[in-house]
Amino acid sequence: MQPFIKHTGIAVPLLQDDINTDQVAPVAAMRNLKPDYKKLLFMRARQRADGSEDPDFVLNKPQFRNPGILVTGQNFGAGSSRESAVWGMLANNIRCIVARSFADIYRENCLQNGLLPVVLRSEDAEAFEARVVAVNGSTPFTVDLETQTISGPGGPDLTFDIPAADRMRLLEGLDDIGFTLKHTDEIQVWEKRMAAAQPWLQTAVDSRQ
Amino acid sequence: MPKTLFDKIWDAHLVAQRADGRDLIYIDRHVLHELHAPHAFETIEKQHRPVRRPDLTFSMQDHTVATKPGRDDSTNPDGAAFLRAMREGSRKNNIRVFDLGDPEQGISHVVAPELGMVLPGATHAVPDSHASTVGGLGALAFGCGTTELAHILVTQAIAMKRPKSMRIRLDRTLGPHVTAKDVALRIIAEIGVSGARGHVVEYAGEAVRAMPIEQRMTLCNLNIEMGGRSGFVAPDDATSAWIKGRPWAPKGAMWDRALAHWRTLVSDEGATFDKEFVLDCSTLEPQITWGTDPSQVLGISGRVPDPAAAEQSRRPAVESALKYMGLQPGSTLAGLPVDRVFIGSCTNARLPDLQAAAAVVRGRHVAEGVIAMVVPGSSTVKRAAEAAGLDRVFRDAGFFWGESGCSMCAGGNGDRGEPGERCVSTTNRNFENRQGAGVRTHLVSPATAAATAIAGRITDVRQLLAGNA
Repeated sequence: MQPFIKHTGIAVPLLQDDINTDQVAPVAAMRNLKPDYKKLLFMRARQRADGSEDPDFVLNKPQFRNPGILVTGQNFGAGSSRESAVWGMLANNIRCIVARSFADIYRENCLQNGLLPVVLRSEDAEAFEARVVAVNGSTPFTVDLETQTISGPGGPDLTFDIPAADRMRLLEGLDDIGFTLKHTDEIQVWEKRMAAAQPWLQTAVDSRQ
Repeated sequence: MPKTLFDKIWDAHLVAQRADGRDLIYIDRHVLHELHAPHAFETIEKQHRPVRRPDLTFSMQDHTVATKPGRDDSTNPDGAAFLRAMREGSRKNNIRVFDLGDPEQGISHVVAPELGMVLPGATHAVPDSHASTVGGLGALAFGCGTTELAHILVTQAIAMKRPKSMRIRLDRTLGPHVTAKDVALRIIAEIGVSGARGHVVEYAGEAVRAMPIEQRMTLCNLNIEMGGRSGFVAPDDATSAWIKGRPWAPKGAMWDRALAHWRTLVSDEGATFDKEFVLDCSTLEPQITWGTDPSQVLGISGRVPDPAAAEQSRRPAVESALKYMGLQPGSTLAGLPVDRVFIGSCTNARLPDLQAAAAVVRGRHVAEGVIAMVVPGSSTVKRAAEAAGLDRVFRDAGFFWGESGCSMCAGGNGDRGEPGERCVSTTNRNFENRQGAGVRTHLVSPATAAATAIAGRITDVRQLLAGNA
């Protein structure tokens, strides 16, 4: 996984709550195993009904054509567990999402892919959103995970909290499977113990065969 | 100290704690589907990492499969590559595939319980947010992403921080033609689409105990629509009676041991939950969504909200939903003409769902101009429905009777509506564009969907059956 240490980019305000993964990455855009993840991101919102580009959608505006940070509302990434909703961000060089809150599965998918999910303290969130709107893509912001700060135009540096383990995983670009495989012996021990205690869980057999 | 059932299952499956503080929770049953598994197969192949327990892993072809009779790989051209990659990846890794043509193919969340693969107190993972459907049997199920799926393939464990616990108590009993679907929609309306975020929900109370197992699965299926990490109903005698004799369930002496264990699967008296919610089910009428997320719900006799009366922060969302749905503030939904009716999905396509719909449809006909379809949740459900003559009931009434799969729920197989169509659907998400670009989805129970197909308008099934609609 690509580590996340520091990222500088244009912050894009998409200040709505409950944006779901059907909006971020529509199933209709996943018609083959390797879709164009760059185009798939917010594919419906980017287009008008006749298929032409919607100039009013924030990511289509000239100042937000090269986004780096997405700034959004409550419960971002609700709905389907599809990871393409994270891969679409990365394909557009969006490496950090600042949201009021994240849906559980989406946040996990971010951590698996080096996409930093940030939730600011509520008193800071409103001020930060106002700065992002005011600067309107003219100057980038920088998110630094080592110092846990966001810096940029229009105000002081803001610090954010993130669980130490999540921070470490992102900073080191941790191979999550490799990390768990260090516990292979314990997995074996558990399987043996369970095979005795609840053997019906350690075997799955079609009794007709 | 008294423990919740969630604590008991979690603790029994705790393999180790990683240095990053995440618990490694062993996964007893891992069920894959073809929309996401191929990417995970590719990942582990590149890493030269084998699947740890192919014998506890199952592959289902469900998301992209066509529903047309006589289907094959090419019926939905967009799905063919997924089906092939699933087949190939499963073969290489010795995983049993429930493929097109298999008599037990179907939607993973329907097939795994009906074959007896998923059991009370078991942990279960699927790369799909509706994984917790099987919570209806008292299993603890987690929906996950594609990278987590690769992790589970290799380690047979999921690395998670322990979620919080929540209890939703459903008091008293449901009226006639009011179902688990209506209950779930009402809960989501009350607590919101993120009301259970970060929590594992135990559904308890008199109304849950009275629910047949299939309805408990419908209830748990919609747990993700309130943001819950997982959701389940503690098993009881109805659960074990439902599982007994299913092909993959334990047999003989093993069954007796399992049953004895399942009887311990309750939250202890005095166990505390981080959050609680109580709903009186006795006054509930059939529910229907009016908007573009599953919390925008009305009783069937209710009126669409007026944005002016909404809380300031919710006003833009209400306005935008009304616009997308083509609705006037203060109007009723009952009586609104519909273009399409879909009965299917992991939410509501088990045999009793089809029986409930057929009971309404029998001897009646779909209204002119309405496209109505029924897609059974599994090939097993389809056969059972046909044996009971339900397919005739639906076909005689003018419904399309399809082969099993996810179909119009997310449209991953090409089944979708046309722009501007109003679609009444037994599925789980009324998100914009989900059932086709511009399609206006209203979520309901199978009985309400059936009544609506017959009347051609959104209909209170109780009135239709009473001859008043």
